[in-house]
Amino acid sequence: MAGKSLTAGKSLGPVRRAFAPWNDPAAKPFIQFQNVTKTFGDFTAVDDLSLNIYEREFFALLGPSGCGKTTLMRMIAGFEEPTSGHVMLDGQDLVGVPPYRRPTNMMFQSYALFPHMNVWDNIAFGLKQDGMAKADIATRVDEMLALVKLEKFARRKPHQLSGGQKQRVALARSLAKKPKVLLLDEPLGALDKKLREETQFELIDLQVRLGMTFVIVTHDQEEAMTVADRIALMDQGKIVQIATPGEIYEQPNSRYVADFIGDINILEGKVTSTEGGVATLDCIGTGAKVQVTQDGGAKLGDEAWFAIRPEKVSISLTPPEDPSVNAVSGEVWDIGYLGDVSIYHIRLATGATVKSTITNTTRLVSRPITWEDKVWLTWSRDGGVVLTR
Amino acid sequence: MRRGPSWFNITAITLGFAFLYLPIVLLVIYSFNASKLVTVWGGFSTKWYVSLLSNQGLLDAAWVTIRVALLSATLATVLGTLAAIALVRFGRFPGGTLFSGMVYAPLVMPEVITGLAMLLLFVAIGFARGFWTLTLAHITFSMCFVAVVVQSRLITFDRSLEEAALDLGCPPFKTFFTITLPLILPAVVAGWMLAFTLSLDDLVISSFTTGPGATTLPMKIYSQVRLGVTPEINAICSILIGIVATGVIIASIVTKRREVERQRAERLALQIG
Repeated sequence: MAGKSLTAGKSLGPVRRAFAPWNDPAAKPFIQFQNVTKTFGDFTAVDDLSLNIYEREFFALLGPSGCGKTTLMRMIAGFEEPTSGHVMLDGQDLVGVPPYRRPTNMMFQSYALFPHMNVWDNIAFGLKQDGMAKADIATRVDEMLALVKLEKFARRKPHQLSGGQKQRVALARSLAKKPKVLLLDEPLGALDKKLREETQFELIDLQVRLGMTFVIVTHDQEEAMTVADRIALMDQGKIVQIATPGEIYEQPNSRYVADFIGDINILEGKVTSTEGGVATLDCIGTGAKVQVTQDGGAKLGDEAWFAIRPEKVSISLTPPEDPSVNAVSGEVWDIGYLGDVSIYHIRLATGATVKSTITNTTRLVSRPITWEDKVWLTWSRDGGVVLTR
Repeated sequence: MRRGPSWFNITAITLGFAFLYLPIVLLVIYSFNASKLVTVWGGFSTKWYVSLLSNQGLLDAAWVTIRVALLSATLATVLGTLAAIALVRFGRFPGGTLFSGMVYAPLVMPEVITGLAMLLLFVAIGFARGFWTLTLAHITFSMCFVAVVVQSRLITFDRSLEEAALDLGCPPFKTFFTITLPLILPAVVAGWMLAFTLSLDDLVISSFTTGPGATTLPMKIYSQVRLGVTPEINAICSILIGIVATGVIIASIVTKRREVERQRAERLALQIG
């Protein structure tokens, strides 16, 4: 199915850009977790967690395996009941409501297509449970088949479909009942990389066009960043940070978040000044002072960490002319050539290694900067962040 | 490297098969013997099959056997399937290990003991022995075989299929009949056939638990053999072998065909996908 998009026509950019109900104090949350705790024996999967998800939001639950993200989603679907706390959907308390009476539908990681039914019957299954009229079911199923471009495959059994086609059937089946919330449990995990990336954009288009609330569980940070309006990064049953992909990447609130999302250099230091919105760190890692703009998170005398993404560190063979810019010298230790970018590992005099990525804007004939070169690393005050935990 | 089977392999296979099937082949051959003497070949004849039809005792026994087998296999399948679901699905519950152990105990229990225990029970509660005690006894010992077969299928069953049905608004009871049962049906049918066959040829437990007017075929054959093997017995045994063989052959053809079909479909899917 490569190259075919589920949607055509105008870009949905303006719709996506304007959407930010979480900044609006008057907005009513659509899904609410209120002090939810879930324990399995002595293992705490979800720990006193509160969370608001808004209508029409594409919300991602991200985290390593065992962090509680799947349990959280299964509590919305009704497969798990919270040990304590409340899960609300559209003002209604979901606790005690069995999964077959909830206005949510889920797309399973394994797709869970019924192997003894063909594509048509799989999609019609949920509609039949509602006692919908036969003619209406037929119309709706055909509509869903058209939506996922599988009209020709209606009579196929699941084992006669490729992975990508199965994924589309699963999507169509979970959308057929027009659920208030669509839950996606690692929906693209079984697809190869190329198909996965295409499908991510198709999911976004579909979500905006249908105006539905999507909650996705994933351990793939790129997937979460691509599709989601907001991401909740979880660790050990708690949410570490909820933010838009941009914020979570550029303004991580802790070393855990900074380290989980993307690649980053983290260097330990001590705050020696916080004047004028600029924190100055005595950085043990770089062996020099580092200045970072900040909004007051780090206090004077705090132990803190300076974190900067490799693409925000520039390399040059000469020292910077502007003495106020952050700079440190080192030696090229290793180079990783990835095609689009090269990753340089620079060993500093302190023994610390700082990574810097350089975009390969021309075909690689010879490297201007190569192994064992003495280089200067520079970055602006806005390039990195100071983290206190 | 030399291809093809070696002489050693050919000899081993020949001896192995002869060991397994020679007695059966002899039995079938002698069922067509014209002579009344079992060990002396007197020419080809089908008269023993004809005389079988007028042997009311054997026909009655066959009828009892089939009724008991059908009824006990069906009830054992229901109970065995329920037991398998309980064992696989309820996870760990107090006494779970004991329960599963108890379900499987009849698998290894000597038949004599099962038979005797059943007899004592029926006598104790004053249950008149006959067709029903026989059926109950057969359910008891064949149920665990069904449980084992169904349980092994349920262990590999993808629970998310049931969750998907629930999620789409199907209540649990209906989910069992529309999703779970159709998917485990081959195992349930296999369990039924196993129970049916076990009931069909059981001798020991039947002897303990039966009463007047409920003599099964194996019991009848056994009692007749004690008076001397007649070619009639050979004939009825040949018929039984024929029935069982036909069943096995049909089952394997169906399985094979389904497998071929599945592989063809998968190739098709790959070409299109």
